[in-house]
Amino acid sequence: MVQKKSTRAVGIGRVLIAVYAILALAATGRSVFQIATQFQQAPLAYSLSGVSAVVYIMATIALIGRGRRWYAVAWATISFELVGVLFVGLMSIVDPSVFVPSAKYVHSDHSTVWTYFGIGYGFVPLVLPILGMLWLVRTRPAVEPVQGDRFDGERFDVDGDEAAARPGA
Amino acid sequence: MIDWFAFVQAGIAGLAAVYCIVVGLARRVPNDYTVGSLALVELLLIAQLVVAIVAPFAGNHSTGNIVEFYIYLVVALLLPPLSVVWALVDRTRWSNVVLGAGAFAVAVMVVRMLQIWTANYSV
Repeated sequence: MVQKKSTRAVGIGRVLIAVYAILALAATGRSVFQIATQFQQAPLAYSLSGVSAVVYIMATIALIGRGRRWYAVAWATISFELVGVLFVGLMSIVDPSVFVPSAKYVHSDHSTVWTYFGIGYGFVPLVLPILGMLWLVRTRPAVEPVQGDRFDGERFDVDGDEAAARPGA
Repeated sequence: MIDWFAFVQAGIAGLAAVYCIVVGLARRVPNDYTVGSLALVELLLIAQLVVAIVAPFAGNHSTGNIVEFYIYLVVALLLPPLSVVWALVDRTRWSNVVLGAGAFAVAVMVVRMLQIWTANYSV
């Protein structure tokens, strides 16, 4: 019964990974274009856009990866995305001049994957980290990532958590 | 870009997305119809590529940034094959949802491509 429950989580997790991969592709394409052609217009926004693209790629890989180390990387990258989309989303409403310092460029488009909480991407960048965290909680390895470094965590079987996280894989 | 063709294409990609997601949530594994709907989406994208190449010679010029347009088009062209490969490798019902996500992304990207093609270019 436990295994059946985990199997469903892995199934939905695969969709999550696919959506992350699409977002990684979208963010990478857009940030490469923006940095290559109009970086000076909004340096901070486009730097963050580039960083977000790299983090989306890392998160996609971390979600596919097995074991506690990738689990920790997944938490780190997904948390970073949530903080990023909340920070940039808030700043794009409160004080857009942070991202577009020169008045000369105020009227052209400087949207990134995180602007207005990801409105240009159907708010997927806002919703996805939350869904990702729920999935990570659900597929938590037998040992907590933090406890994994402590000696009392060693009595647990490393392979055991991999099997629990990805049954039938 | 031809407006009506872009809208029809986005509509078909959207329908393919809904169809694949519904079939996936109905616990079916990927079949010829769901994979075929993505093949149709890809075929229309290839047609769109031909239109985009030919259109300027027929006086239909992009007012937006043509490089950005082609980045979207090339990435969109990659999505259906990648999601079909996914569906062939991972034989679970969730692959249908992945096919749907790929088709949905294409639908959004086609609308965005039309926006870019008709945008007021300013850098």
